[in-house]
Amino acid sequence: MKAASSIRSSSRGRASALPGLGLTLGFTLLYLSVVVLVPLSALVLRTADLSWSDYWATVTTPRALASYRLTLGTSMAAAGLNAVFGLLVAWVLVRYDFPGRRLVDAVVDLPFALPTAVAGIALTAVYAPTGWIGGTLHAWGVPIAYAPSGIVVALTFISLPFVVRTVQPVLEDLDPEVEEAARSLGASPFQTTVRIIIPTVLPALATGTALAFARSLGEYGSIVFISGNLPMRTEMTTVLIMARLEQFDYAGATALASVMLGLSFALLLGINLTQWLARRRMT
Amino acid sequence: MTARRPLHEDGAGAPIRWALIACALVFLAAFLVVPLAAVISAAFEQGWRVYWDSVTEPDAQSAIRLTLLTALIVVPLNTVFGVAAAWAIAKFTFPGRTILITLIDLPFAVSPVISGFVFVLLFGANGLIGSWLAAHGMKIIFAFPGLVLTTLFVTAPFVARELIPLMQEQGPEIEEAAVALGASGWQTFWRITLPNIKWGLLYGVILLNARAIGEFGAVSVVSGHIRGETNTMPLHVEILYNEYNFTAAFAVASLLTLMAVVVLAAKSLIAWRTHAVLTTSARPGLAVSDIHR
Repeated sequence: MKAASSIRSSSRGRASALPGLGLTLGFTLLYLSVVVLVPLSALVLRTADLSWSDYWATVTTPRALASYRLTLGTSMAAAGLNAVFGLLVAWVLVRYDFPGRRLVDAVVDLPFALPTAVAGIALTAVYAPTGWIGGTLHAWGVPIAYAPSGIVVALTFISLPFVVRTVQPVLEDLDPEVEEAARSLGASPFQTTVRIIIPTVLPALATGTALAFARSLGEYGSIVFISGNLPMRTEMTTVLIMARLEQFDYAGATALASVMLGLSFALLLGINLTQWLARRRMT
Repeated sequence: MTARRPLHEDGAGAPIRWALIACALVFLAAFLVVPLAAVISAAFEQGWRVYWDSVTEPDAQSAIRLTLLTALIVVPLNTVFGVAAAWAIAKFTFPGRTILITLIDLPFAVSPVISGFVFVLLFGANGLIGSWLAAHGMKIIFAFPGLVLTTLFVTAPFVARELIPLMQEQGPEIEEAAVALGASGWQTFWRITLPNIKWGLLYGVILLNARAIGEFGAVSVVSGHIRGETNTMPLHVEILYNEYNFTAAFAVASLLTLMAVVVLAAKSLIAWRTHAVLTTSARPGLAVSDIHR
């Protein structure tokens, strides 16, 4: 969830006089191997067992391809929505004072605290044709629940904190004097926004959006109730993996899972690499 | 939680300012507040009595017990892991440190469905050591140990993730001074390090606990959904919902919602506390922004 959040520079690190490196590092490596690395390697081993032609056939069935398209499309839409509104929320929280600001700030983290299954049934209840918001939208001919747009709603919910929480500290640190200088030199508020503020927050905005996208790709709990899970139409890749598992088709599930895992790792590698390059350029 | 310096207004006039605030609030209301209200409203739709019966019936009680028991095992283990990992990574330099940080983060990058699935591949009937387990009469998948292992996997990074930036920020100097003055490693940890990281640690544990209780996708794969036996609270919600028993589903969901609200309140409190500590004693190295993440 906070996978690629930045680590402070390690410039202070040096040979230490402190005890406990052997104990803590040994325990960390042992524990991490047992709990995380060995289980994950089971997936890699099992993927390597599959023959290439079987593997290719499994990951390129029309149903699988439809699920990739849906997963990528809805995740992108949700990340885009969050880029726009997340920036807006961060801006409003940092720059403006209004009644209930602290409460609003606290509520932004709700998606990290609320179990995904609860989010899923709650959003379905609200956005179903019988729901508070879904009813009105349905009457206007805009179905949300049991359609791709419902998936976008759930993914937007689940990844909402990422953009807000990556952009917020950057806006807080933005020196007001720079903007004042721009304005005293004759820049309009619009010019100040486009020339000063947007370029400053852009790296954080990109990171937050990418994290939101990465989170959405693998999401299951919040989308499984609202999506309707119709093969070829509203079936996400994670739901398809689950369907394969329920039929005890482990080879099929393994192949699809390896595709998802590869995509997530590539994305995170990309995010970390961009952050590292951005940091290097600044120093 | 709050800006560290007084808010400064931009050049935008009041109408634009209020329009932006309204836009942000409508967005947050539609996605966060309305669904939250819907859970509570649906849970109490048929009154207190039905609500009470839904959360006290035997299957619900067994789901609550199982969930709490899982958290009771997972939270201490992953807390010790997180503190040990943060100590090694933040206080020392060694080759491969960056790789280790990435490896600790791995579970956050893996889809919950896949997190559960890897344990099926390892311990399931057709798994790598499944037949060996079966021959020795041990059951991990579709049983309690599977739930614990999966939850351990999914929540492994939480405490380390909170503590590593915090402890790196604080640096090893204070601890080095304590050791130079003759304190043992444990004394240094209990008397110096722990008081310095307690709020970050507490926040990490709260997040870890919330996820251990609320995890759905991963445990769904390994649980087998056996009522009264391997059904955790989120899975119980799913079963009730799929049986169209909406009131009962939302009643159990409301307990999980309450937990989420407590988490948010605790987070705000901790942010406020650390902020107060910072401004009163101006102690360097306690990064408020890290608690915000």
